[in-house]
Amino acid sequence: MLIPVIILGGLGLIFGAFLTYFSIKFKTEENPIVARLHELMPNANCGACGYAGCSIFAEMLAEGKVEPQKCAMLEEDSLHEICSILGIERKKREKQVARVMCWGGVNAKKKFDYKTLRTCSAVNALFGTDLECSYGCLGMGDCAKVCPVDAITMGENGLPIIDEEKCIACGKCVTECPKKIIKLAPADKKVYVACSSHDRGPVVIKACKTGCIACTKCVKVCPRAAITMENNLAVIDYSKCDNCGACIEECPRKIILRTDVELPEPVSVSS
Amino acid sequence: MFNGGVKLVDFKELSKEKHIEDFPLPEKAAIPLSQHTGLPAKPVVKKGDAVLKGQVIGEPAGFISSFIHSSVSGTVAGIENVPLPGGKSSPAVVIQNDGQDTAVEMEKRNWLSLQPKEIVSLVREAGIVGMGGAAFPTFVKLTVPEGKKADCVILNGCECEPFLTADYRVLKEQCGGVIEGLQIICRALSIQKAYIGLENNKKDIAAMVKNAARNLHDSIKIRIKVLPERYPQGSEKHLIKSVAGKEVPSGGLPVDIGCVVFNVQTALAVRDAVCCGLPLIERVLTVTGLVPESRNLKVRIGTPISRILDYCGAEMKPGRRIVIGGPMMGVNLHSADAPVIKSTTGILILPQEEMPEEIRPCIRCGRCIEACPMRLVPAELSRRAENKDWEGCVRFDVADCIECGCCSYVCPAKRPMVELFKWAKAEMRRL
Repeated sequence: MLIPVIILGGLGLIFGAFLTYFSIKFKTEENPIVARLHELMPNANCGACGYAGCSIFAEMLAEGKVEPQKCAMLEEDSLHEICSILGIERKKREKQVARVMCWGGVNAKKKFDYKTLRTCSAVNALFGTDLECSYGCLGMGDCAKVCPVDAITMGENGLPIIDEEKCIACGKCVTECPKKIIKLAPADKKVYVACSSHDRGPVVIKACKTGCIACTKCVKVCPRAAITMENNLAVIDYSKCDNCGACIEECPRKIILRTDVELPEPVSVSS
Repeated sequence: MFNGGVKLVDFKELSKEKHIEDFPLPEKAAIPLSQHTGLPAKPVVKKGDAVLKGQVIGEPAGFISSFIHSSVSGTVAGIENVPLPGGKSSPAVVIQNDGQDTAVEMEKRNWLSLQPKEIVSLVREAGIVGMGGAAFPTFVKLTVPEGKKADCVILNGCECEPFLTADYRVLKEQCGGVIEGLQIICRALSIQKAYIGLENNKKDIAAMVKNAARNLHDSIKIRIKVLPERYPQGSEKHLIKSVAGKEVPSGGLPVDIGCVVFNVQTALAVRDAVCCGLPLIERVLTVTGLVPESRNLKVRIGTPISRILDYCGAEMKPGRRIVIGGPMMGVNLHSADAPVIKSTTGILILPQEEMPEEIRPCIRCGRCIEACPMRLVPAELSRRAENKDWEGCVRFDVADCIECGCCSYVCPAKRPMVELFKWAKAEMRRL
C-alpha cells in the first residue's frame, strides 16, 4: 500500500517541479488589452471578419490593423467599450441584411431536371443553370449551408428565406452564391426588387412567371425618383427610398417586395 | 498501349455500312459564335445583310478563337441566343436560307506550291477547329511554339466511342482526300513522318488506307497502326502512347514530346480549305440508337437538331434521351432547337438512365483505379470533390483527368464521378 503511494506521489512531485520550472522559464507576457478585447468579442468564431477567429481579430484590433465595425456580430455595448479601450471614435454602424434578389423558385421554368449533384456551385460549374433564366436562383441552398447564424432556410417556393432578425450581414452567402443574386442592403430600407435578370422583357416572360420585364412603371410612379432602369432591371437607390411602397402596388409582375409585411404567396401572372 | 481503359460493346454495326448522305439544307441556320475552345467570335454581319455560302460572319476575338462562316446563302434574320448541346447557350447568327446555295468565290490551289505559313493562315481563315469533339482551333496546333519541335503527326481514326461511325465512313469514302489533308498538315509542320491510328474494328479499311498512302508523290512517310479496341484509344494522349510509345507529361501538351494529333474529318477539312478554298461549313455525323434507321449524314453547321431527328423519324418518348457526341463523353441535349456545331460528332437516341437520387458512398472496390487510363485514383478524388476539398483534389491531380468516363462506367455504386471531377476543375480555376 505504502510503496505505490510513494512512487506515484514522488512522480507527481517530480513532474510538478518540472512544470513549475518551465512555466516560469518560458512565461509569455500576454497583452492585457488583447485579453480584455477577446472577452468582449462575441466568440462565435464565424469568420465573417476575414480572420480565422475572434482571438486573432482581437489581436488585430489591438494592433490597430482592423476596425471594430468589421465584426458583424458585435453588440452595441461591447462596441462602445472596445472603442473606449482603443481610444478611437465610434462610427455609427448601419445594420445591413442580406436579400435574395430573385423571386423565381417554383415560378421559374426549368430547362431540364438535374438531380445528381444537388448543389448550386456544381450546377453552375457544369451547366451554368438548370433554369430557362440564366440569372435566377438555383434553389439548392448553398447559401443556407454557409450561414453561420442559421438565418437562411430554404422555403417551399424553392427560394432561400432570410430571417432579417438573425442576419448579421457577414456576407458569406453573398460570396457563396454562384449566381451572385444575394445582396446586402440597409435593414431599415424595406423595399427591394426581387429579380436579377438583365434579359429583355419577352425573354423574361418566357422563362419566368415573375421576372422584371423592364416596363418602367415603378420608375414613373416613384415619388422620390429612387428607381432607375439599369440594363433591363429596376434598381432602387437606397439613399433616396423612403419605404413608401408606391412601386409595390404598381409592379405588374409583383416582384417588388417589402420585408416588414408577410411575404406574398408566389403569384402566377398569366404568361 | 496504355494502362487502364475499358472494353465496350461498340454498336457500330448499326450505321457502319450506311453511306454518307447529304442532308437537305435547313430553312434557317443558327450558327453559334461560340462553337470552339477559346473566345467567342465577334459577329461581322447585322440583321438584314445578305450573305453567301462560305462568307465570313464572325471573326476571331483573340488568338485562341476562330472564324465563323455562313453555311447557307440568304439573309441574316438577327443575332439571337441559342441553346448549345450541354446546357449552355451562345449568341448565334440566324440566317434565313434563300435556297439558292450561292457560294462565295473559292480559289483552287495546288498545295505543293504553298509555304507552311501560307497553309497555316489558310487553315485559320477557313475556321477549322478539331472535329473530334474538343473543337480546339487547328491553326494553333499547326503553329508550334518557339523552343519546341514537332516530329510526328498522328491522324486519329480510332473513333473509340461506341455508336459513332462518321469518321470511319469519311475515311472509307474519301480516303484520298483525308490522306492529302494529312500530307498538307505534314507540310505545314515541316514533318516527314506521319501515323494513322485505327482501332481493330476498322481493320477492313486498313489495307485500303495503306494503299492510298503508299503511292505519294513526295517524301512523307505514312504508316498505319492498327490498335486494339479499348476505350479511350482515341484520346489524344492515349493514342500517342499507343502509336509512338511516348507519354505526355502531367500538365503538358502533346507538342512537348513532339507529337501533334488530328482527327480524320479535320484533315479532310484542311484539304478542302487549302485545295478548294472551302471553309468549314459542314460535317459528317452519325444519327443512331433508338431510331428506325441509323444514318451517316453530311450536315451544314447551324442545322437545327430537331430537323435531323424528324428526318430520321426519331420518336421522342418519355424514357428516351438525346445524347450529342458518344455515349461515354457525350452530353444530354435538353433543347432540340440547338444547332449542329463544328464539334457535333453524333446524335444518339438512348434510353433514359436511372441515376440514384443521392450520391451513394464509395465502397472502395478499386475498379475505377484499374479503369482510369490516366492512372489517377478516382475513388479518392471523388470523395474529396464530394466534400468540397478542392486542395485535396489538386493534390490528387484532378487537372489530369480527361473526363473519359471510364470510372463512372465501372463504378458499381453509380457515383457521378465525372460530374464531380468537372465540378472540381471548375472550382479549382476559381481558387
